[in-house]
Amino acid sequence: MTATVEFGKDLTGLERLTAEQITAILDVAEPFKEISERQIKKVPALRGKTIVNLFYEPSTRTRVSFEFAEKRLSADTVNISRSGSSLQKGENLVDTARNLEAMRIDMVVIRHQSSGAAEFLAQRIPSNVINAGDGQHEHPTQALLDMLTIRDNLGSLAGRRVCIVGDILHSRVARSNIWGLLKLGAEVAVCGPPTLIPHGVGDLGVRVFKRVEEAIEWAEILNVLRLQLERMHAGYVPSLREYNRVFGISEARLEKAPRDILILHPGPMNRGVEIDSHVADGPHSVILDQVTNGVAVRMAVLYLLAGGSPDRAEAAKQEDRS
Amino acid sequence: MSGPRLLQGARVLDPAQRLDAVMDLLVVDGAIARLAPAIPAPENAEVIDLSGLCLSPGFVDVHVHLREPGGEHKETIESGASAAVAGGFTSVCAMPNTDPPIDDPAAVGFVLAKGERARLARVYPVGAVSVGLEGKEMTEIGELIAAGAVAVSDDGHPVWDSGLMRRALEYTQVFDIPVFSHAEDQGLSGQGVMNEGAVSTALGLRGIPNASEDVAVARDCLIAELTGGRLHICHVSTAGSAEIIRAAKARGVRVTAEVTPHHLALTDEAVRGYRTDAKMSPPLRSASDVAAVRDALVEGVIDCIATDHAPHHYEEKEREFDDAAFGVVGLETALGVSLQEMVLGGRLDLLELVDRMASKPAQIAGLPAGSLADGANADIVVFDPEERWECRADRFCSRGRNTPFKGRELVGRVVMTLVGGRTVYDRRGERADARATVKVSEDVG
Ligand SMILES: [Zn+2]
Repeated sequence: MTATVEFGKDLTGLERLTAEQITAILDVAEPFKEISERQIKKVPALRGKTIVNLFYEPSTRTRVSFEFAEKRLSADTVNISRSGSSLQKGENLVDTARNLEAMRIDMVVIRHQSSGAAEFLAQRIPSNVINAGDGQHEHPTQALLDMLTIRDNLGSLAGRRVCIVGDILHSRVARSNIWGLLKLGAEVAVCGPPTLIPHGVGDLGVRVFKRVEEAIEWAEILNVLRLQLERMHAGYVPSLREYNRVFGISEARLEKAPRDILILHPGPMNRGVEIDSHVADGPHSVILDQVTNGVAVRMAVLYLLAGGSPDRAEAAKQEDRS
Repeated sequence: MSGPRLLQGARVLDPAQRLDAVMDLLVVDGAIARLAPAIPAPENAEVIDLSGLCLSPGFVDVHVHLREPGGEHKETIESGASAAVAGGFTSVCAMPNTDPPIDDPAAVGFVLAKGERARLARVYPVGAVSVGLEGKEMTEIGELIAAGAVAVSDDGHPVWDSGLMRRALEYTQVFDIPVFSHAEDQGLSGQGVMNEGAVSTALGLRGIPNASEDVAVARDCLIAELTGGRLHICHVSTAGSAEIIRAAKARGVRVTAEVTPHHLALTDEAVRGYRTDAKMSPPLRSASDVAAVRDALVEGVIDCIATDHAPHHYEEKEREFDDAAFGVVGLETALGVSLQEMVLGGRLDLLELVDRMASKPAQIAGLPAGSLADGANADIVVFDPEERWECRADRFCSRGRNTPFKGRELVGRVVMTLVGGRTVYDRRGERADARATVKVSEDVG
């Protein structure tokens, strides 16, 4: 049972979590999925808690997903984003942290362009801090929802072969997935242009494919990352067209695979660049399941960090909805 | 003028004379008058008992950033010089990347005057290689030397234009001074903030590859070979550049090199937790690089230890790793760290350590220091090689608190520092009090 699993104050990354903790989050997310299917999508688990969504980087998708999760657990939420706030006026993270502390809030969900920003904040305020993506470091809830989606579709992660394809160098999604998948017993590979594969990634315990055909030959699951347009301008890849030709996940490439491959993408997609529309909308794509699971996983994380007990998650959602 | 001082009974370490023996040392008129066993005290002499302690030529640091002018919130020449003597350094070479930079004779004169007024360590200005440190037009190097500069450097930045480096290594031969090179290929460093490797990958921080240093060290050695100029490579951090310097020396190239205590002691693992006190340029490297620079220091491929003392205001470090300033302070921890890593680690004996911290650096910068020969300046450090102490940044004389050794136990500590025979730092009272306290508590117990 998961009843004895303890959680710390914060969720800054999956590197520091144990397999038991990760499994507990995924298990708690399961019953929460059902809440989103109800007519009245609200339970009182976090009633009276104040959560600040502190977004230094624009990210509609992640912010909205967190906001839904918070509201469905009845928390009070405030959004602070880069435009139209002190974040724009150059207030630094230390001062922002002190101000938040002074306002006696309960939780902060932070998205920041610098690696380590979530940890930096977590060390300086008593509130729970949830990392919604820090620089190129980690994006733990994205990896959790990816893992939940794989588990839903394939039953278990142990022994599964997952290849992350694309810009690994700049990807926090890749790093969180690598830690999480390895802890749950999956085999992990990365594949992308060598300019976008970080030095020493093999030391983390993953294999590296330079050619996407080899990755497709090997993998049961492909997690296709978004190629940021700015990577082309910075000279990591010559052009988007060429990227699509060499690394794009197309039907033609998948047809040569020795098995059906589950396709994930953290979004937003560049159709026709890293992934072709036929694949994105095809029968093995679980990209929309990921979006649905995102809310459930974030509800689970919020619930557990707020002190909720894993074995009471089922009960929590049964409580009266008044 | 004060009277003669007789320093009695210390273990005297003088690499210049290959001396390691218990001796007395007589200081008259700020200079060393006599060094011998059991010198009878002259009538009017002040006698100082140093039995059980080591005495050596004061340490020489050829690479410090004292921040004045322009960065007085980080450090001043006076606070930096007080940190120097607290660390046993009696001579320091101040890098020119201040605001404005030390690129004209008046600026050189300013640094000298400030240093003299502080009356602590001797402060020797390093002039800029290029006007405004912009890497374009060579400074009036002859004027800088005439005003008192002892070397030239664009440190903080590399001299990225190979043609300018060539001209500097040619022109400086008139004055027989070295060019101090911060060897870095900025194209390879990119936006990097730490060593490139498994740790940078795990932390999601942009990496600086070893090749960024190796390429530049190789280029500089080749230009030194071409020109016959005197090249000094600052802060060697990689196995590759140590190898390149070894090969260049074997070919007779006039190249010397330094390594910092932090590169001798720490790897990039120290960055974990996004510790901005472990952020500097060049970055902390891998364990095999640390082993290689230690070997190179032992073999003499790397000639000396220099701190690259780089104080910053705490706000410049108390922030996201990407945005934090590069640099760490080092003057007050250099002895403790170097002695712990190199002497207790069994790689150097004390005499060799003093050679790397006093005699060799003095030779590189051409300073009247690093020796206890008759008539030499009485620039002296007295230290206890066995004293264990906790590194407390809040007790530093430096305005900078940015050290990766915070909270760490160090071994070997300065007890007293003399410049020109005058005491500029003295912990004997504090040590006597500590002993008395221990004694009392023992008696009570
Ligand atoms: Zn430098």
